Amino acid sequence: MEMKLTIRRVPTVVSNYQDDADKPRPGCGRNCLGHCCLPVSKLPLYAFKANPGKSSQEDAASAMSFVNILLTQWEDRMARGLFRYDVTACETKVIPGNLGFVAQLNEGRHLKKRPTEFRVDRVLQPFDPAKFNFTKVGQEEVLFQFENGAGDDSYFLNSAPITAVDRAPNVVAINVSPIEYGHVLLIPRVLDRLPQRIDPESFLLALQMAAEAASPYFRLGYNSLGAFATINHLHFQAYYLSVPFPVEKAATHHIPLSEDTMKSGVTVSKLIDYPVRGLVFEGGNTLNDLANVVSSACIWLQDNNAPYNVLISDCGKRVFLFPQCYAEKQALGEVSQELLDTQVNPAVWEISGHIVLKRRNDYEEASETSAWKLLAEVSLSEERFEEVKAYIFTAAGLVQADEEEEASEGEEATYAPVPAHPLPVSEGCLVLQ
Amino acid sequence: MATSGAAGLDPPEEREPERHGDDRVASSLTARYSDWVLEALDELPGSFLLTDPSMPGHPIVYASRGLPSLTGYARREVLGRGARLFQGAATDRAAVVAVREAVRAQRPHQAALLNYRRDGSPHWVLLHLAPVFHARDGTLLHFLAVQVPIAANDKRRAPPCRGAPGGLLAACREEARVEEDFPCASHAGKVFVDMDKRGLEAEEPRVASDSEKEEAISTANSIVSALNRYSKLTGLMVSGKRPDSVGIPALSSSFNFSLGRIKQSFVLTHSCLPDMPIVYASDAFILLTGYSREEILGCNCRVLNGPGTSLEALEEINQHICSEQACTVDLLCYRKDGSSFRDLLHVSPIRDASGKVAFHIWVHLDVGAKHDFNGLTPEVWQLGAVGAVRVAVRGLSASGSLLRPSQ
Repeated sequence: MEMKLTIRRVPTVVSNYQDDADKPRPGCGRNCLGHCCLPVSKLPLYAFKANPGKSSQEDAASAMSFVNILLTQWEDRMARGLFRYDVTACETKVIPGNLGFVAQLNEGRHLKKRPTEFRVDRVLQPFDPAKFNFTKVGQEEVLFQFENGAGDDSYFLNSAPITAVDRAPNVVAINVSPIEYGHVLLIPRVLDRLPQRIDPESFLLALQMAAEAASPYFRLGYNSLGAFATINHLHFQAYYLSVPFPVEKAATHHIPLSEDTMKSGVTVSKLIDYPVRGLVFEGGNTLNDLANVVSSACIWLQDNNAPYNVLISDCGKRVFLFPQCYAEKQALGEVSQELLDTQVNPAVWEISGHIVLKRRNDYEEASETSAWKLLAEVSLSEERFEEVKAYIFTAAGLVQADEEEEASEGEEATYAPVPAHPLPVSEGCLVLQ
Repeated sequence: MATSGAAGLDPPEEREPERHGDDRVASSLTARYSDWVLEALDELPGSFLLTDPSMPGHPIVYASRGLPSLTGYARREVLGRGARLFQGAATDRAAVVAVREAVRAQRPHQAALLNYRRDGSPHWVLLHLAPVFHARDGTLLHFLAVQVPIAANDKRRAPPCRGAPGGLLAACREEARVEEDFPCASHAGKVFVDMDKRGLEAEEPRVASDSEKEEAISTANSIVSALNRYSKLTGLMVSGKRPDSVGIPALSSSFNFSLGRIKQSFVLTHSCLPDMPIVYASDAFILLTGYSREEILGCNCRVLNGPGTSLEALEEINQHICSEQACTVDLLCYRKDGSSFRDLLHVSPIRDASGKVAFHIWVHLDVGAKHDFNGLTPEVWQLGAVGAVRVAVRGLSASGSLLRPSQ
């Protein structure tokens, strides 16, 4: 008999159509995103440019940027009352300390609902059409389709038929329980009903969105099943927050790669002096190169039942990969009651340093120490991390260069930390057209 | 057409800025100061630069007479380029990050850096960096960067100097003055230094001597004096409204910078002060209504009302303000010259990081005039201003840099 590991938690409601998803519906007259409605509908369309580096800049004066359009549409949905609460009414602060964890008090994010049971020992689960998925979302929750314009310039159309005739459109929808202003979901090929699992093409799309946003403050995140994804329908999350994330400021140790594995231009580093162990993938001759390397790593993890979270940062130039084990620990009863009582589910945003707290006490007393303590529980142990890292390297076709060569240069027993990657801008300067 | 990158919300991408025409670069200075400013700067000794953070790539717009002998670059060669050109492979990365941070935070900074001359030879300089602000409205005009060579006698391993000790630069009373510790940031820093070069752990950093530091400070002070002397901004008329606006909190320069990029016509009013005074007005608003910034700051929005303004619309706005809700009304507004226009007005509360309403945004749209709504409906297009202000307020106030520290 198979042993199942489960935890009980209150799932986040990301769509207004989520709660009654399980109830039988008479028939769709609702303008949803399913096969019944979507193919004959029109939605706004954002066509991103094929080459992030090149842009003609000619229409710079009158054009609106990706983030502009996203925030404008988001504000419109706010005006229409589509969100469950006003996230800007939630207190937020940067906790004093080296890393500057960002804490938010959100007492209303989770309904006073009964917790649901989630299986945490299966990272890959088949898509279940009976459960809530994004084809059941109403079109008013969609901000725009997000497709490759295949040209040098991007463009936006307020109303366009569903463009991709050969395959399903990618859509950007609002998260009705936002953790920050502008919180959206990127759903690749919505009609294909892909389960929550990373594949190279979808990951590339996420990188392309980060590149198109062209802002270090617009990040994308991914949670695998077992790492606090609520919905088993492939989606990434994204939002804009104009402060640096703690993980982006953390020091990293560059892992030297052997000559031939450096062809893709992707470099790998390990996070140090950060509560959660993780790898940082950077660069790549093209976005495709970076997407391939990272998705290979993710595929290994999901095929081997290892839950993980991914943060796409710095306009798609830096990707953080965090294998985690909190849910497993929780299921096995290994997490202290104190931590459980905070009800924080450490998914990608929390791991990156943006922590939403549900109790005022926790918020008032939040400190770098308390944040560290929580996140340290999420991390794989050093030993386990090194094991997983080795597998990931093999899966991604990376070969670590000889350790001896490196040790001969420095005298210290521990690696001298290379100072962190450039800090993204810490204050917002918005260029709105 | 939509675009991203440099014209988008955020800093220009990290790439070498295109070579600008000399006239464009020179006008960065002569637009704000009289033409004599270039001659005055030419008379100052030492190697220093002025850079313009509002131009793409944050380029050098002025290089002093002393630059070639220190760096090997001709003055004309460096104009239009980013100041990162002086760095190289062994320049300490942490030190560069600190400079970049200071630029973003728009605060003064001193650090010893390993720079590279034109011929590739490395040399140690004390870099003294300071922002130059418009004294009246806090706009960031330029950065000045002074380079003082550090002599080789003191090779103690020590971290480069960081931060600006108090009283580093004398506060000036005239139009252009340099602020001291300033807890906010801008995007300009991203292109000011090149972060692609990883600093090799090479030789130990040098430490500048006291006389070298004094030389840097003295050069910086001379630069600011020259800018003040030749500022075009002296003699600006102070309007009768000014006394009312005493007591409105000054917005931080980062906040001003963010707001300055928003294209819509709007004002921000302070929600907690009596009579909700205007604390910010966009350029488009100034253009639309004919009021000058000095005249409108501190006023209540009712200055735009006139005989034909619908009382029902005003009542609706008031009700929504009281209930902390947004609303859109269509009403007749009046310019300074008395002419009226039909205004599609959207008013919305803006909360800061405490979750409480701190400002209201009033986005105006002259229905009769031509606009490019980028494919959106006018009502939705207006919301772009609201979204931009929300994220700016939230981010800046979470880090404590929404308002200027009280003087």
